[in-house]
Amino acid sequence: MRGKLFWIAAITVLAALPPVASALGEPFYIDLVRRIMILAIAAASLNLILGYGGMVSFGHAAYLGIGAYSVSILAFYGITSGWLQWAVAIGASALVALAIGAVSIRASGVYFIMITLAFTQMLYYLGISLEVFGGDDGMRLKAKSALPLVDLGDAVQFYYVALVLMITCVFIIFKITNSRFGMVLRASKSNEARSRAIGFSPYPYRLAAFVIAGAMCGLAGALYANHTNYIVPGFMSWVQSGDLMFMVILGGMGTTAGPMLGAFALLIVEEILKGWTEHWQLWLGPLLILSVLFFKRGLAGLLERRDA
Amino acid sequence: MTGTLVFEQLLNGLQYGVMLFLMAAGLTLVLGIMNMVNLAHGSLYMVGAYLAVAGTQWTGSYALGALIGFAGTLVVGMVVEVVALRALYQRDHLDQVLATFGLILFFNELVSMIWGRGSLYSALPAWLAGHVELFAGSRYPVYRLAVLGVGLLTAVILWYVVTRTRLGMLIRAGASNRTMVAALGVNIRLLYTVVFGFGAALAGLAGLMAGPIYAVQPGMGELILIQVFVVIVIGGIGSVRGALVGAIIVGVVDTLGRAFLKPLLATMLSPTAAEAAGPALASMLIYLLMAVVLAVKPAGLFQSR
Amino acid sequence: MLEVRGLTKAFGALRASDGIDIEVREGETHAVIGPNGAGKTTLIGQLAGNLRPDAGTIRFAGEDVTALPAPRRARRGLARSFQITSIYRDFSTLQNVALAVQAHSGHSFRFWRPAFADEALISPSRKILEEVGLEKRMHVLAANLAHGEQRQLEVAMALATRPRLLLLDEPMAGMGIEESQRMIAFLQTLKRRHTIVLVEHDMDAVFRLADRISVLVYGRVIATDVPDKIKANPEVRRAYLGEDA
Repeated sequence: MRGKLFWIAAITVLAALPPVASALGEPFYIDLVRRIMILAIAAASLNLILGYGGMVSFGHAAYLGIGAYSVSILAFYGITSGWLQWAVAIGASALVALAIGAVSIRASGVYFIMITLAFTQMLYYLGISLEVFGGDDGMRLKAKSALPLVDLGDAVQFYYVALVLMITCVFIIFKITNSRFGMVLRASKSNEARSRAIGFSPYPYRLAAFVIAGAMCGLAGALYANHTNYIVPGFMSWVQSGDLMFMVILGGMGTTAGPMLGAFALLIVEEILKGWTEHWQLWLGPLLILSVLFFKRGLAGLLERRDA
Repeated sequence: MTGTLVFEQLLNGLQYGVMLFLMAAGLTLVLGIMNMVNLAHGSLYMVGAYLAVAGTQWTGSYALGALIGFAGTLVVGMVVEVVALRALYQRDHLDQVLATFGLILFFNELVSMIWGRGSLYSALPAWLAGHVELFAGSRYPVYRLAVLGVGLLTAVILWYVVTRTRLGMLIRAGASNRTMVAALGVNIRLLYTVVFGFGAALAGLAGLMAGPIYAVQPGMGELILIQVFVVIVIGGIGSVRGALVGAIIVGVVDTLGRAFLKPLLATMLSPTAAEAAGPALASMLIYLLMAVVLAVKPAGLFQSR
Repeated sequence: MLEVRGLTKAFGALRASDGIDIEVREGETHAVIGPNGAGKTTLIGQLAGNLRPDAGTIRFAGEDVTALPAPRRARRGLARSFQITSIYRDFSTLQNVALAVQAHSGHSFRFWRPAFADEALISPSRKILEEVGLEKRMHVLAANLAHGEQRQLEVAMALATRPRLLLLDEPMAGMGIEESQRMIAFLQTLKRRHTIVLVEHDMDAVFRLADRISVLVYGRVIATDVPDKIKANPEVRRAYLGEDA
């Protein structure tokens, strides 16, 4: 089956990257691809609510920030256990998602977009105003999360941790979107009036999906903190939210491979543009506009044949 | 905390509110009538500020500079509408959000390229640079009063146009039922262009007035845009009256909160706690307000549909 | 089974529903007819739970459902089909029905097992499609079905929720003669096992299917009676033919 073949190939290539890169003397690519995979987790979580659920949440980067700050703040106070830090990252993100979701999801269309954006901005300002954690300048990660068996300080080990987690998260999303729960979400996106008429009340399912997505993005945030070593409020900026949305779109909304493909596509394009000019956003902007106008089906749409 | 200080902050709040209104009015009409989410509205504000500063430097006259800022924004707005936004009217909100997000990146970078990433200095002419004694012991900047005045005047003009002219009637009808207006044979394209032009002009006006008070730098549009969203959510999409009420509320709450929350907390908590919590809470105030309004009135205070 | 009392709904100055009283007995097929603009759509909207009435009550199976939103009425057994086809276009025919079955199978907070591989959903769906006559088109994408087939799917989805009352909104809309005849024959078999509220323009269908007919004009019910008496009713004739003459 075409799908399975794709995944086997993808995992093989990604698993082979570190030894190949080291052999070629280009360890930079290990870092780059690791960053892409971490953000792919965030994109996969957004794909659940945006791609499958049709909820245009412009504030998803908030959970990236919450996850990152959870790790960093706990490390600041001397708590370096990876399990604890990451549990807090996921838990805090879930709670905030629950709070924001409870208020926003009842709102329709445009209101939802603006409200999620506004709440994320609120968290961003909160981050800036907390001088104790660096405020606008951000804070350095005191120590990496301590996990049993692996050392996140080792670039290659961290890479494989990220790879495993990315595959796991993508798989979890795959299972969820094909389960009964996922079907309610997808049906409500496809035709809300019809869903209500047969007896589905979309709200509880959307809220649950919102919380799950937030929690998974929180995990991405925890990984991201360990990757960048420097945590800034900018993690929660809406530019970051926009980037995540583009990854979902470019990769193909409502597909399993989409977020991963989109993350790779967007971030590699960014790297290439950055290499050419300092003003790379001048080119990225119009590129994104054109992709919205002409490339809606995304990369996964090119790879998969159309199926129901 | 003297009465004078409170009064001055109140005036600051009103002045900020009026600027929010200028931005919100255009955006809420575009949202209500064309059902389009335009994130690049903030970029028009930024363009207005930059063109005004550049114009002043170039011509040596503040008045000419302001005119250049205003007219220039109108032109840029029209060009953007024809080139990029027309294709988006039929698309869903997600596409509009993403495409206008791309526009933001583009404009921010364009502005950085031409004028650099730092903030520009925006000079005031002598006749606007002074202070006025409002009542015993209070010296209030003339310029802020001027901004307040211009904003209120614009609000009045807008009110007149929307409620008393034929164009205004079409706008109100379009905001509550777009398809019906089209079915009545009104030239929808022209109406859209006019409405968008209105919005662009108002954003440009807000931008050129903002220069001397707030920092003129890339990304300035997005900072205010999000607060404009809060205004629209509170006021209700498509309602100019809602935009005014929402803007005043947000402007005053935000300004007073930033000024007085920390000292207020200091009377109840320790100074260090207030130091940390004050600014944090103040920055969250308007969003909490938005959440409360939403809980009670999910479609805003003045729903036009 | 369904008791509507004094249902009123105004849009500004227009009284789309002006004190409507309707009573639908268990097991009967009750048709609602009326000229265009009579307020049938508004009535359906209020019965289904999409519109809030300004005044009046709706009692379903002895329970006051006036304030209940649409999904909860559906879960209590009030199923509807839409006048303008409203199916899941990007799902297959079988999946469309399976979703309806799922909606009626308790909560859907199950996160792991694939829904469309679940026999508990698929078998009943297949049976319903056989009943309706769509079993050969099971795996076709709903968007690719012919118009008449889509209308059949509408009814199938309503049936899949094991309804106590079927609210059918112009099931024959847009159908040709042959398709209509098939649909009427199918509805005649449904009649025996379900209580049906039928809103229709197709008078042939109405007189062949209805046990009783309520005539709606300008938001008010001007007559409720058996088909023969309705045909002969002078007010009804005036409402329909008087305008056409």
